[in-house]
Amino acid sequence: MHALANPARFLRIARPATLWLFLVGVVLAVGGMAAGLTLTPPDYLQGETVRIMYIHVPSAWLGMAGWGGIAAASVSQLVWRHPLAAVAGRALAPAGATFAAICLMTGSIWGRPTWGTWWEWDGRLTSMLVLFFLYLGYIALASAERERGGEGRITAIYGLVGAINLPIIHYSVLWWRTLHQGESIGLTGSTIDNSILWPLPLTMIGFTCLFAAAALMRMRAELAEAKVEARMRRMSA
Amino acid sequence: MNPWPFVAGAYWVAITLTVGLLVWAYASMRRAEAATDALKRK
Repeated sequence: MHALANPARFLRIARPATLWLFLVGVVLAVGGMAAGLTLTPPDYLQGETVRIMYIHVPSAWLGMAGWGGIAAASVSQLVWRHPLAAVAGRALAPAGATFAAICLMTGSIWGRPTWGTWWEWDGRLTSMLVLFFLYLGYIALASAERERGGEGRITAIYGLVGAINLPIIHYSVLWWRTLHQGESIGLTGSTIDNSILWPLPLTMIGFTCLFAAAALMRMRAELAEAKVEARMRRMSA
Repeated sequence: MNPWPFVAGAYWVAITLTVGLLVWAYASMRRAEAATDALKRK
């Protein structure tokens, strides 16, 4: 991590990585979605709507992983004062918010034919909605703090406090048993048949690469903007 | 209930928002890096 503390060194790695992550992400995400739509059989209970899983599960993972990244960047900023930590946090937030929104919307669309309702205030849905609002708060706070010339410490503290919501989302299906089904994919295996499951790793890795490419592009934009601001200050002094 | 409009709708949402995110991130990066290059040339 500290090897990347130098922005110039970071950019030397980030420039080619952005392109490769984007290309690999497009191939895997498009391939996985096409396979999920055409090559897998319908589920015996859910029927064709099971195909929404191939986009819903990656977006749920990325919505949560995005905030995990923000929390890690916050620790890095508050403890080690890593010069790129605040930039990384600000870059992760829009991507995380986008995938949290995709998760909520695709889940709602899946819920209508499966549960008979667009929305239910159960533990998993509500905690995911809270995560989406936490992202919006983070983006607003980071923007306000940056405009005031702050170092982003308040935003970092907010990022750490918000991480409390991650275990709540994960364990919500165990703590409150309502409409959302329990965990069907874990570290030890899955309860989903392989004939339906196999495109999911493709979309999981594909969307993760696209998420990382978007975050890297935002980091590069932030670093370039900071360089312009610094140069303008020097020129006006 | 025909499930395909729901499946198509979910994929449309996911693809549109992901493409939107990538286009916005790319455009903001290109704009910022072009401004840096222009300032360097000055």
